[in-house]
Amino acid sequence: MAVKSSSGGGAGAKPYKPLSMSAKEYQAFAKAREPARSVWANALRAFLTGGLICLIGQGIQQFFMAAFGMTAKQAGSPTVAVLILVSVILTCLGVYDKIAQWAGAGTAVPVTGFANSMASAAIEHRSEGLVLGTGGNMFKLAGSVIVFGVVAAFVIGIIHWLIGVWS
Amino acid sequence: MMQYLWAFLIGGGICVIGQLLFDVAKLTPAHTMSLLVVVGAIVDGLGWYDPLIKFAGAGATVPITSFGNSLVHGALTELQRDGWIGVITGIFEVTSAGISAAIIFSFLAALVVKPKG
Repeated sequence: MAVKSSSGGGAGAKPYKPLSMSAKEYQAFAKAREPARSVWANALRAFLTGGLICLIGQGIQQFFMAAFGMTAKQAGSPTVAVLILVSVILTCLGVYDKIAQWAGAGTAVPVTGFANSMASAAIEHRSEGLVLGTGGNMFKLAGSVIVFGVVAAFVIGIIHWLIGVWS
Repeated sequence: MMQYLWAFLIGGGICVIGQLLFDVAKLTPAHTMSLLVVVGAIVDGLGWYDPLIKFAGAGATVPITSFGNSLVHGALTELQRDGWIGVITGIFEVTSAGISAAIIFSFLAALVVKPKG
């Protein structure tokens, strides 16, 4: 299916120019046209947003400690649950993704980003059905985090067990 | 008040590490998150995550690294209580609240909300 080159073209037709760029040339070409994104600006945005989310988390935790007399450790789980609920609501409203575009890792790294990835996958695949769509795809993005976390925890647990057995 | 300051600084700092992994190391978000979770798990395996939580509060418990920390924490707690089988049974002990909440709220969201665009 090689394209017949310009030789067959009528008069005035642009001569067919084969793709002459090598991969290297293309990369240089594409790089020059990429929007310039400063690493520093991105890092600053991530710092401010991520810090703010943790600050809010600290506030919620202090509230649980003050209102229900919980220890910092006991307050951890309800704090995370509240943050997840807020994140899912913001995802439903389409707000979280807008913030995320500005904040980058600042919204992805906190636990709210984990919830956002699950909620958006659950909503996005809803049209394929509750079981195959929502149920099957909810962990599409979050799954790798759980898999690697669990495997790492297992290996570390086994190492601790072996240390305990030997010592 | 200091607790809020440290939560902001440490939490923000962990997010900066994630951003640098995006921009400088050119990792995908999935790779970055997986890496951070494993790092959190290793740090807790060495016994350093608890001091960080004492120091930074939510700055250490809200980022995803804390998920790795909680997985290891559950495994080690039940390891001490029940022996080697605890490593398997204990992994989700502490993280149950986070994962369950995320599943339940996300499912309810999918029932109610229509996808946008």
